[in-house]
Amino acid sequence: MTKEYMLGNEAIARGLLESGIDVATGYPGTPSSEILASLAPHARGRFHIEWSVNEKVALEVAIGASWAGARTVCTMKHVGLNVAADPFMTLSHTGVNGGLILISADDPSCHSSQNEQDSRVYAKFSKIPCFDPQSPQEAKDMVAYAYDFSERHQIPVLLRPTTRISHAKSDVDVGDVLPRPKNIAFKKDVERYVVLPKHTRVLLKKLNAKQDMIREELASSPWNRLDLRDGANLGIVASGAASAYVEEALEGLGAPVSYLKIGAYPVDPSLIKRLADSVERILVVEELSPFIEEQVRMYAGSVMGKMTGEVPHEGEFNPLLVANIIRKALGVPPLEGRDVRLDFELPARPPVMCAGCPHRATFYAMKSVFKEESIFASDIGCYTLGTQMGAVDTCLCMGASITIASGLSFSGVKNKVACTIGDSTFLHTGIPGLINAVYNKADITVVILDNRTTGMTGHQPHPGTGETILGEPSTEISLEAIVKACGVQSMQVIDPLDLEAAKAAFRKAYDSGGVKVIISRQPCVITSRRMGIRRQQYEVIEDACEGCRRCIKYGCPAMETRNGKAFINEACAGCGVCAKLCQFGAIKPKGA
Amino acid sequence: MAKFDLLIVGVGGQGVILASDIIGRAAVMEGLPVRSAETHGMAQRGGAVENHVRIGCRHGSLIPSGGADCLLSMEPLEALRFAGYLSPRGIAIMNTERIVPITAGKVEYPEAGAIIDAMRGLCSMVKAEDYAALAKKAGAAQALNVAMIGAVSRYLPLSVDSLREAISKSVPPKTVAVNLRAFELGREA
Repeated sequence: MTKEYMLGNEAIARGLLESGIDVATGYPGTPSSEILASLAPHARGRFHIEWSVNEKVALEVAIGASWAGARTVCTMKHVGLNVAADPFMTLSHTGVNGGLILISADDPSCHSSQNEQDSRVYAKFSKIPCFDPQSPQEAKDMVAYAYDFSERHQIPVLLRPTTRISHAKSDVDVGDVLPRPKNIAFKKDVERYVVLPKHTRVLLKKLNAKQDMIREELASSPWNRLDLRDGANLGIVASGAASAYVEEALEGLGAPVSYLKIGAYPVDPSLIKRLADSVERILVVEELSPFIEEQVRMYAGSVMGKMTGEVPHEGEFNPLLVANIIRKALGVPPLEGRDVRLDFELPARPPVMCAGCPHRATFYAMKSVFKEESIFASDIGCYTLGTQMGAVDTCLCMGASITIASGLSFSGVKNKVACTIGDSTFLHTGIPGLINAVYNKADITVVILDNRTTGMTGHQPHPGTGETILGEPSTEISLEAIVKACGVQSMQVIDPLDLEAAKAAFRKAYDSGGVKVIISRQPCVITSRRMGIRRQQYEVIEDACEGCRRCIKYGCPAMETRNGKAFINEACAGCGVCAKLCQFGAIKPKGA
Repeated sequence: MAKFDLLIVGVGGQGVILASDIIGRAAVMEGLPVRSAETHGMAQRGGAVENHVRIGCRHGSLIPSGGADCLLSMEPLEALRFAGYLSPRGIAIMNTERIVPITAGKVEYPEAGAIIDAMRGLCSMVKAEDYAALAKKAGAAQALNVAMIGAVSRYLPLSVDSLREAISKSVPPKTVAVNLRAFELGREA
């Protein structure tokens, strides 16, 4: 066994490889995306791997494979599990054949998400086991255990890392990847695989009958650990990343504290009762929902946690926060954090669309025609940053741009309604909304921001790119053909960097009724750079610049003001939009 | 066992993740436990990014507030933004080349002297150099992150040989020579 420095998601991928998977599916979503990305280089000739169109599709593909006996994994972010919830909730009833691990990565503090959500609740909801790793190493080790568990109990399992596990790196013990005998065959069993009411009633009884066995087995698993200390008045229960902070805090404390570390659910009450019997008070430290806390309250009298205000309900935790929660519970003075006060203000540095990002040009053209008074629905992706240009008024979940725009148009508002949705998001869940808009006669402009990739999550291919996760060519799904097949009568395709043509297209859409689609096509500036496309950078002719700030207001990070004049810095990607905006001809390609 | 909490900050796209990767790999080569936390996703798009690297740590990946032994900042403004992580006994190493955020029209970007003075008041030592210029001198502006690893290498509980080896294994093969040169220039500066 050797040690490697690995990202949590890479460690999970390594665990999957060592377990001998047959099928891997998923849809990109931070913080889960690197799991499939790390598996892909090992897949050719060994197992099937795919970026699926969305999470529901991904899980259903995984289920089909599992029913034929394949060891499968399906990855997504927490909100992806909402999309996959339909198959997920009934899968527990039918069960699996080949082990099936669903990995749903949670994002406390919403670093890159539209909400905080606790996937453990979903596991309980569908009555399946859940594994909640404390570290990259534990996440990797849980994979082999989870496959064995899943196959013996014929039940899908959920692995729930959080951002600080998936995007943590650590030294990880790496084992061998050995061939595993496969036993692939689909054995017909209508009473199991066809969930007619009379079948599913029986399946539910079987699922419920498994629960005691599952709970008892997990009680003695290595993931749930009870450490009773002599003379301890306080007992702490913790899970996931929070349990690592608890362990760090306990190391720095002299007082004896008993500790129950939870890494697998459902938690057997015997563990909680043993802790409760040995201490006077219990403190529960967990991120997201008071999931363990609610159960602990059933077996212990004096419990502190979220429900009593000692532990925050929102956001991710950190070592200082957890140390001070524990110190307060013990009556020990808190550790001082460091609060830096300056006598001047620091300019914020929010994430921005890149220099040369085609989305910025599309938003600019759209806003110059639709103006401030129109309503702009949008969707999930880099382009949500269009809020900075006043070009994004709504964003709720994947695919909710076209549908919310439709609702706005049906509400009777007097404003024009336009919406923006990325290419990958359109294929994910945008299409039903477009069909609905046409069928029910919405009056909206739909802009598909086709940058030929899934940008925000790390540039994964999708069906519109004509390339698979392995980089192999595949059928390129035509957005134009889909739009037409949805019944759209007015469709225009533009290059957003051709500003005048783009504005003309928006003008045409603005002036007509019904559902108008504009496909704004220009590859993501990051992927085009990786493909070796280099555009000539631009520069400002200082004497010609009048300092009107028209180019500055465009909001490109390559544009700065120096001594009252515009200045183009090294970030310039050569899109040329600023030169088109300049009324004084002061911006030219370098060396022109 | 040597313990060292290092916070590496900068602007998305500056190579902060690669920098923490190289240091983490070097620690693993030396048999030290290491934990680190990375910024991925939305913030990477030109936003402020922070990577925690905890050498000799077996717990969580986040450095406690006021606990960092060193703050390595690839951009001056970001050094101040994340200074709360730095221990008063810690040191700050910062690149002096600015990246002006688009919000600088609303709030002025502070003067270089004001940033360095403020940092001096917050920790035991500030080392401010134009590491970006050293990276260019080595042959590539993108080697800024490695030039800065050179600078911090004087303080890390890791050998120069391990760091050099980790650099060679982590950067694109064609750029190894440039990066090793950047490492030396950063270390000597």
